[in-house]
Amino acid sequence: MKGTTYGFRQGLKDGIPIALGYFTVSVSLGITMQGVGLSPVQGGLMSLTNMTSAGQFAGMTLIASGSSYLLMAIMQLVINARYLLMSCALSQRLDPSLSLGKRMLLGLTVTDEIFGISIAAPGERLDPKYSLGAFCLACPGWTLGTVCGAVMGNILPQRVVSALSVALFGMLIAVFIPPTKKDPAVRIAVLCAMGLSVLFTYAPLLSGISSGARLMLLTVGISLGAALLVPVKEECSDAE
Amino acid sequence: MPNNVYGYIAVMALVTYLIRVLPLTLIRREIKNRTVRSFLYYVPYVTLAVMTFPAMLHATGSVWSGLAAFVLAVFVALRGGGLMQVALCACAAVFVLECFL
Repeated sequence: MKGTTYGFRQGLKDGIPIALGYFTVSVSLGITMQGVGLSPVQGGLMSLTNMTSAGQFAGMTLIASGSSYLLMAIMQLVINARYLLMSCALSQRLDPSLSLGKRMLLGLTVTDEIFGISIAAPGERLDPKYSLGAFCLACPGWTLGTVCGAVMGNILPQRVVSALSVALFGMLIAVFIPPTKKDPAVRIAVLCAMGLSVLFTYAPLLSGISSGARLMLLTVGISLGAALLVPVKEECSDAE
Repeated sequence: MPNNVYGYIAVMALVTYLIRVLPLTLIRREIKNRTVRSFLYYVPYVTLAVMTFPAMLHATGSVWSGLAAFVLAVFVALRGGGLMQVALCACAAVFVLECFL
């Protein structure tokens, strides 16, 4: 099987479960968007052009608190910085002669899940068509789900909306809780994050800080503290 | 909202795309600095934790149903539940509890 690479068709196939998962989560995202006053068109446009749950969720928080464009840009940079690492990892798997256009298309597909299947695909080189295949289903799934959520938020009974609105939080929990079992440093960082978040939300004076600025401040502060106190182990890169 | 929603969306899309595409096009090498790598390693977990708690408590009709959903979701996630499973358990907890509250 050496030398086999996954192409567009395989990407479409592997994109089906991703698209279904995205649809469900983005319904919850859409309901939340409708709650902060975004229209279904605005919600759909945001999902189509961003495709990142954490980034969009933070974006909504900032829009609702009327932040500046600069704070929005910095927040997106910090919160989506993990894509930098993912793209760096992907770039090691690409044919060095791959055209700029194809690299720019591949850039669109870098989400947690599509990166996951792309980096796990067999073969020494990654064919960007594989990632694009998955993207071709995942992106519509994500966008349509958001629009559905934003529309349904008005139609569904309040109790159903209330239940669905925690789906997104559930997904986030499924992402950040399991690593706390394996890495004690992550566990402490996550506990600090939640503790300080409670303090900054309810304590007098501190609660005057807008939710967008709070998210930014705590993310940078705690991550930097953790990075300085418990730096990650240097892993040898056997690429090249 | 002092700024235009479409302006926000454009800023978000531009920054997010640049983050994704620059390492594939211009940088094309691994980040070596240990502190930067460590920082980037912790960011997703910290930011998701800050976003989730205590905001989840105020997403539902009652603080108690939100808290129950949070506790159940953490429990299921610790027991190895997948994304969908954890999300659905959280929804179910809220739905069932709010029948009584």
